[in-house]
Amino acid sequence: MSELASEPSAVSELASEPSAVSELASEPSAVSELASEPSAVSELASEPSGQRVLMEGSEAIAEAMVLAGCRFFAGYPMTPFTEVLEHMAKKLPPVGGVCMNAESELEAIGMAWGAAATGTPAATGSTGQGLSLMQESIAEACLAGIPMLLINMARAQGDYFQATRGGGHGDYRTPVLAPQDATEAVKLVKLGFQLTWRWRNPVLLFGDYYLAHTSSSVDTSAFDLVPLAPVDWGLDGSTGGTGRARLVSPLGTDKQRDDVGYDLAKHYYACAARSAEMLAGIEPLAEVEGCDDADVVVVAFGTPARYVRAAVRELRADGVKAGSVRPITLLPFPTDAIARAAEGAKVVAVYENNQGQMLDDVRLAVLGRAPVQFIGGLSLDTSGFGIAPDYDVAVFRQRIEKVLHD
Amino acid sequence: MTDTPVRFLPTDRPPSEPARLVDDFTPELIDVGEHHLCPGCGEPIAMRSVLEVIAELALVQRTIAVFGIGCYSAFSNNLDVEVCQALHGRAPSLATGIKRAKPDTVVFTIQGDGDMVNEGLQEVLHTAARGENVTCVLLNNGVFGETGGHITAATVLGQRTKNTLDGRDPHEHGYPILISNLIAQLEGAAYVARGAVNTAGNVSRTKRMITKAIETQLAGRGFSFVEILTMCPTGWFIETQEAPDYLDDNLAAVHVGGVLKDNT
Repeated sequence: MSELASEPSAVSELASEPSAVSELASEPSAVSELASEPSAVSELASEPSGQRVLMEGSEAIAEAMVLAGCRFFAGYPMTPFTEVLEHMAKKLPPVGGVCMNAESELEAIGMAWGAAATGTPAATGSTGQGLSLMQESIAEACLAGIPMLLINMARAQGDYFQATRGGGHGDYRTPVLAPQDATEAVKLVKLGFQLTWRWRNPVLLFGDYYLAHTSSSVDTSAFDLVPLAPVDWGLDGSTGGTGRARLVSPLGTDKQRDDVGYDLAKHYYACAARSAEMLAGIEPLAEVEGCDDADVVVVAFGTPARYVRAAVRELRADGVKAGSVRPITLLPFPTDAIARAAEGAKVVAVYENNQGQMLDDVRLAVLGRAPVQFIGGLSLDTSGFGIAPDYDVAVFRQRIEKVLHD
Repeated sequence: MTDTPVRFLPTDRPPSEPARLVDDFTPELIDVGEHHLCPGCGEPIAMRSVLEVIAELALVQRTIAVFGIGCYSAFSNNLDVEVCQALHGRAPSLATGIKRAKPDTVVFTIQGDGDMVNEGLQEVLHTAARGENVTCVLLNNGVFGETGGHITAATVLGQRTKNTLDGRDPHEHGYPILISNLIAQLEGAAYVARGAVNTAGNVSRTKRMITKAIETQLAGRGFSFVEILTMCPTGWFIETQEAPDYLDDNLAAVHVGGVLKDNT
């Protein structure tokens, strides 16, 4: 998976050359070439090969973080994120790590920032509401070159815009990984640490109530450890007095000697360039199924995508030409995979457990190749935690059939 | 130009060496020879005092400074000790993360009263209560200096600021927070002192307080805190030379100096 990060993808080329969009649209052959290349997508989606153990999603994520090298975690309890904090409090001290029970989400991300600034792999997280509190720090951590994994154990899927756009200020972006289950979450935690380490930019893992609280069988082969490379920029005090003492700052990286103050404009241009390079350097991941000849393509992410896929398979079995696309990276968004799937489709349907957020990204990806219909909407029990009555294969099947026949 | 030879004017005090510039007086750990702070500002004196202590205790290669946001942030990118720049109000949580991840380092924060007592009040209180083994330094001038002189939570009653034109009125604006007194009540705080940099004597006393605070951290005794009252003639809307006395008569009359707690 580390190879992914180093190879700019076709999507990134698209992003940097607007003219290529029309070329791509008029040349289906280029698309099919892409499709024939084996990618990590298939690796992620492939059948597990290792032993399986029963594990709660939160524990699997905590275990994966520790194995990925995380040695500092700070969090504040909030359902359904709480168990991740509990497991980190148990797992980190025995390996020499530190887990802080931060007094607030603001302090949780501050502590993680401080630890990360020393070159220690660090993480924090919360539920969407807590992530709202952290937005200022997330935006500025991108400017300060702070690597950290952010965990959002979200309620429903209403945090899509928060995750992919963010509520912070300025021109920052944070890559977003959205696992469908615990085994994939383990792989994406590992990928997340590799990405955050390589790009010195926060990376967000976007889960939900079902992922956090459901015990399921987890493929232990996903737990293979890839150590993070040591860094030379971490603060440890040792460069004091050398004339080149280290500086980790969201305001700039240049030490000032002959002049005074930070050159903010220079720093912001540099950060924007680094952010663009990062987005271009991360391969968008998606699981695509049955889209070659599909009349209806259904796009969904995270837990509900599993129900959508089951409904699509049922329809296929009954002779309906249905396919599904499950974005695994929400940022960078698998624009290319969706564009390819939409070629020749009569309709593209989008399911999300919110009022329509990823819908925008799907429309931008489809770019008029087919009509895009929304088949999602809020689905909540009275707790509001995202225990959705709509997560039902029969319900999804009915909605997919409806958009196909309308 | 003429060919007339230079004629030295008579003097009874001929210079023994070339004139020295302000740069020459700057401590070694401050790289830059000039700064953008106003004439009469107390913050460079406080900054220098902290750095002198770090050098005197031979901690230059173990120290990490964490800066808040205020006029003093001007120093965050020109020190020759390692620096982590925090967001407004957030220095204590960053310092916590740094110290927990690297327990062998010496970690101090620099925050103003707007940064610490307004924006991030809970951060310093929680860090103190936790007994976090770091040193927090507050530069208290009783105003938001960087925005041009606005009321903070530490502004004394009656003080005129840009948004309390008729003076801070307790009925309208409430009362100042005496942060050192508050922190001294917390079990986790081992050393709490309030100094000032308006006179040579106070600078000297304050430096001893900073030394004691850093030594408290070195001994692993828990949270140490030094509040330093600093002059801000610009934000106080007074003449530069009046600032030291104004500090004594107003700021220090409410935020009373001295060692408030010493459990070391």
